Amino acid sequence: MPRWVWLPAALGAAFVLLPLVAIVARVDWGDFGSLITSESSRAAFVLSLQTSAASTLACVVLGVPMAVVLARHEFPGLGVLRSLVLLPLVLPPVVGGLALLYTFGRRGLLGSELDALGVQVAFSTLAVVMAQTFVALPFLVVSLEGALRTAGVRYEVVAASLGARPTTVLRRITLPLVLPGLASGAVLAFARSLGEFGATITFAGSLQGRTRTLPLEIYLQRETDPDAAVALALVLVVVAVLVIGFARTGRGAL
Amino acid sequence: MTLELALRAPDRDVEVGLEVADGETLALLGPNGSGKSTALGVVAGTLVPEQARVVLGGRVLTDVGPGAPGTRVAPHDRRTALLGQDALLFPHLSALDNVAFGPRSTGAGRASSRRTAQRWLDEVGVGELADRRPGQLSGGQAQRVAVARALAAEPDLLLLDEPMAALDVAVLPALRQTLRRVLAERTTVVVTHDPLDALLLADRVVVLEGGRVVEQGVSGEVLSRPRSAFAARLAGLDLVVGTWLDGAVVDDDGRAVHGRVVGEEPDEGAPAVATFRPGAVAVYREAVAGSPRNAFDVVVTEIEPTADLIRVHAGPLHADVTVQAAAELALEPGQRVVLVVKATEVAVYAR
Repeated sequence: MPRWVWLPAALGAAFVLLPLVAIVARVDWGDFGSLITSESSRAAFVLSLQTSAASTLACVVLGVPMAVVLARHEFPGLGVLRSLVLLPLVLPPVVGGLALLYTFGRRGLLGSELDALGVQVAFSTLAVVMAQTFVALPFLVVSLEGALRTAGVRYEVVAASLGARPTTVLRRITLPLVLPGLASGAVLAFARSLGEFGATITFAGSLQGRTRTLPLEIYLQRETDPDAAVALALVLVVVAVLVIGFARTGRGAL
Repeated sequence: MTLELALRAPDRDVEVGLEVADGETLALLGPNGSGKSTALGVVAGTLVPEQARVVLGGRVLTDVGPGAPGTRVAPHDRRTALLGQDALLFPHLSALDNVAFGPRSTGAGRASSRRTAQRWLDEVGVGELADRRPGQLSGGQAQRVAVARALAAEPDLLLLDEPMAALDVAVLPALRQTLRRVLAERTTVVVTHDPLDALLLADRVVVLEGGRVVEQGVSGEVLSRPRSAFAARLAGLDLVVGTWLDGAVVDDDGRAVHGRVVGEEPDEGAPAVATFRPGAVAVYREAVAGSPRNAFDVVVTEIEPTADLIRVHAGPLHADVTVQAAAELALEPGQRVVLVVKATEVAVYAR
C-alpha cells in the first residue's frame, strides 16, 4: 500500500476521536456525580436500559425467523422483500416515527382496533420499545442472515439425514452454529436502540420516566443545563464503548 | 431393506434405474458429472427431479412425474443416513454428542442416546475419543466418528458419497476394514472413485457414464474384466481376484500371486484379491533365472500406447513398459512373454 494512505486515515481517525476528547474535556468533573445521579438523569438512564433490553429481545424473537426465511428460502419477490425489510436502515428515524404513529397511533391504521381492545400505544413506554425495535431490527437481520449464508446448509442436510425434524435442526444445529452472528447482531441492535432519538420523540414523545430515554434527556438538558447534558453524553459514550468491547471479545472468543 | 430407484432428470441429462437387494452393498462408479450425486440426492430426498420413483423396503419415498401421485417424503423421514467425503461433524458438539444426535432426534432419552453413541464409537474403534471436539480430531478419526454417527441413526439405507476421498492414504486400509465390517449385512450405496473400495466394500458395481448405466455386475468381474471405458481406466491397477490358498491369491486360471497382506490376513480358502501397479511389472521374452515368486507365462493380447509409456495387455493383466523396452522386446499381440512382479509390490486384501 502507498505510504500516503496514512495521512487521510489519520485525519479520519482524528475526525472521529477528537469530538469524544472534546466531550471529556468539557465535563464538569466537580459536579459529575450529582449531575448523573439527579432524579431525571437516573430515570432516563434506567428507562433507556430497560427499553433497549426489551427491544433487543423483540429483535431476536422477530429477527431470527426473518433472517432464516431470507437466508434459507427462495420465492418470487424475495429480493424486493429483503430491501423493504431493511428500509429502516436508511430511512430517517423521524420518518419511521411518523410511520409508526400513523399505524399504531389513536387515529392510525390500526388505531381504532387497538382502541377497541383498550390499548393505547402512542406516547407510552411500549411506543419507545416499538420505535427502537423498528430501527434496530434490520441490524440483527442483516448480521444473522450473513452468518446463516456463510454457515451454509451442509450441516443441516446431514442432521436431517440422521432423522432430525426441521425444528430440531434449527434449534440444535443451525442456531448454535450462527451464535456468534446472532450475538453480534443482538449487540448491534442493543446499541442502535440505546441511541434511538428521532423515531422515539416522534412516536412516543418525551415524558419523564415513561418515554424520555437518555438521548432525549440529553437533548432536553442541552437547553437548560449544558453541564448535565455533557455528563450524560459521557455516560452514553462509556456505555457505547463497553458495548463495542463486548462485541469484539465475543467475536474473538467464538 | 431393498431399494428400487428409477429417475429421469432431463435438465441434468440423467436417466438411471437401479436396485439394491436387502443387505447388499452397491458401488456406484463413474466420472464426474455422470449422475452419481444426482442418484444419491434423489434417494436422500435432497433432490426432486422431473420424474422419479424411490422405494425403500416397500415404502414409497419419492414418486413424482406424469401420472404419479407426487409423493415426496421429507429427508428426515426417509431413514437414509448420508456420509460424505467430509466428516461434517457438528463443530459445537463433542464426538459423543455428534453420534448421539441421531438417536436423540428420533426420540431416545439423553442417557440412552449417549450409551448407544458410546457403543458405536467403540465399534468403529474411537471409543476413547468420545469427549473430544471435532476440531481436536484427525481426518481419519473424524471420519470414523461420522461413520458411527450415521450408523447410530439406525438407517434403513446408508448412503456413502466418496467416504474416503479426502483422507490421508495412511489411514485408508484400517478405515476400509472397519467399513467392511460394519457394512456387512447392511443395505448400502457407496459412490467411489477407487476400484479397491468398490472391490472390497461392495458386492455389486454399477458404472454410470453420461447419466446412463453403462455396466453392472459383481464387483470382481466388472473390475477385472471391464467393458466400459471408465471401468477400464478406473481399474488402472492390475487386479487378480481369487481365493487365499497357501499364502497366495489363486485365481480361476490357477495363477498364484504372492504379496504382502494389507489389513487382516484372509482365512485359508476365503475370497481375496491381489493388486499391483502395471508399472511394477517387468516383461521378459523367456523364463527368468532366479525363479521369482510371481512369474506368469502369458500371451500378449494388445499393445496400447499411453501418454509416455506402452501398456502391454495380457488377458486380465497389464504391464507398463517404456517405448525402448517395447521395441527391444519386439512386442506384438499373440507373442508369449513372461510377466514378473516382485511380491513386495503386490498388496493382498481379504474380500
